[in-house]
Amino acid sequence: MIKVEGLTKRYARTVAVDNISFEVEKGQIVGFLGPNGAGKTTTMRVLTCFLPPTEGTANVAGFDVLEHPLQVKRHIGYLPETPPVYPEMEVAEYLSFTGQLKGISSADIARRVDDVMGRCAIGDVRNKLIGKLSKGYRQRVGLAQAIIHNPDVLILDEPTSGLDPKQIIEIRELLKSLAGEHTIILSTHILSEVEHSCERVIIINAGKLVAIDSVANLTNRLRGSEAVAVVVDAADGRPNPTDVQQRLEQVAGVSRVVMKESRDGRLAFEVESLQGRHIRADLARTVVNSGWGLNEMRAVGLSLEDIFLQLTAAEQKDQNAAEPEKEGEKK
Amino acid sequence: MKQVLLICNKEFKSYFSSPIAYLLMAFFGLIFGYGLYTATAQTVTLSLRSQMMGQSQPINLNDQIIGPLLGFASTIALFLVPMITMRLIAEEKKTGTIELLLTSPVKDYQIILGKWLGAMLLFLCILGMSVINILMLFAWGKPDWKPVLIAYLGLILQGGTLLAIGLFVSTTTRNQIIAGGVTFFVCLLLWLLSWSTAFETSVGSQVLNYLSIVTHFDNFAKGLLDSKDVIFYLSMIFFGLFLTSRSMESLRWRA
Repeated sequence: MIKVEGLTKRYARTVAVDNISFEVEKGQIVGFLGPNGAGKTTTMRVLTCFLPPTEGTANVAGFDVLEHPLQVKRHIGYLPETPPVYPEMEVAEYLSFTGQLKGISSADIARRVDDVMGRCAIGDVRNKLIGKLSKGYRQRVGLAQAIIHNPDVLILDEPTSGLDPKQIIEIRELLKSLAGEHTIILSTHILSEVEHSCERVIIINAGKLVAIDSVANLTNRLRGSEAVAVVVDAADGRPNPTDVQQRLEQVAGVSRVVMKESRDGRLAFEVESLQGRHIRADLARTVVNSGWGLNEMRAVGLSLEDIFLQLTAAEQKDQNAAEPEKEGEKK
Repeated sequence: MKQVLLICNKEFKSYFSSPIAYLLMAFFGLIFGYGLYTATAQTVTLSLRSQMMGQSQPINLNDQIIGPLLGFASTIALFLVPMITMRLIAEEKKTGTIELLLTSPVKDYQIILGKWLGAMLLFLCILGMSVINILMLFAWGKPDWKPVLIAYLGLILQGGTLLAIGLFVSTTTRNQIIAGGVTFFVCLLLWLLSWSTAFETSVGSQVLNYLSIVTHFDNFAKGLLDSKDVIFYLSMIFFGLFLTSRSMESLRWRA
């Protein structure tokens, strides 16, 4: 559905996007992830024909963005970072305008407007001026504008920014209901967002592609080692923290023990294992055999956040080995 | 064409959802009304005076009142146009709604024509305020209506030209004040060009004089419809809109 090859976008002095290639299949929700200034917005703007690429090609729904921009635009719904709303217009009026701008006939427009207002839960403000709406409502009006013409591809630049938790969940549900028939690319720097709603992740940093893979694969690949949080009961102040630490370090397969905190008579540690070793049973045995109370033990999974930081940090460390991960592409 | 009208309609409405349209109409109506009052009073006084001196001269409403008055209106237009056009694109760039327009399946020229027509409609509404005054002259006098129509055609063409220039300037910045200021400066400059032949008549100054917006209005104000003036305005409008489309395209490349 979306095919980007060797996409490069240079501004006067800076390279915003540097030789990025990826493909998105029909019906997928793809998360576009990266720190601020990574080139997410620029890539999206190229896909929506707002900016022409300096080099490379981008193809949306079978049409090239440079050769057939009008066709591409017909197949795309786009929500920019700041929702493109006219504050002096009423919600229904605005949606009717944008819908017709995108080619909906005047016979269908009223029905489409009602439909998207229902889907985005903005029916209660239909006759209010957009300028008077809260950020959350404005964001949803922007989203309604993006889906009003039922586009094949939805490109959403930080769709959940400015929303409260309940609204974020509603938007997530909405996006999930749209997936399948629509292909969705959404950018965000909130990582839990991606974990919740996306099937695949594209991580870019400083204009370069860092990783492209499914969320599960990324987590697995990077979670070579296991991290376990251990809390030892020390109500009577008896077990000496350094004592406990030393004992834990002696457990087979442990690579590192970090003292987290000591509070309310509890000692919390984070224990990391060597690659591929399961240490939880041994840890528990050690603590209990030493006569201490084992208060808590749980696996600390690597969150997407850790993965993201690892990947982007590694990328910055060796700029020379600039060949980005391209595993996802070969699939 | 449907998209052009859609954008035109939206632009026109948005003028009326802020005070700007009412303000400009009131401002123009007030000044034009005052102009009519003084012009009429002066003419009547002069005519009374000449009657007392025994040489009765009939009042020619067209030459003595309507002509100068609509000439005056063409000067006021120089001040009004920057206020109409400054927001057209600059505001969209500032608020980011330009992204909506440029990523919708419409062509640049449709956006430009729509915006220009929307501004044109407001300009017509503003001019409409003066029609009330002129109609009063028709109610109590018998002016010839053909020169009046021609003068209005001139005002519309001149307004269209200035609006096209203002639209172009508005694409070059995201700051409305700058867009308005520069447009005003350009309007003023096009007006001043007519002074270039005041002291010398070299080819250069004649060319400058030809380029002046005002010189081409003079004939219209006199009730003369000359195709070369019409063509001048139409080609200036086309040129202004052409520059706008070039500037819009460069927006994408510079962004």
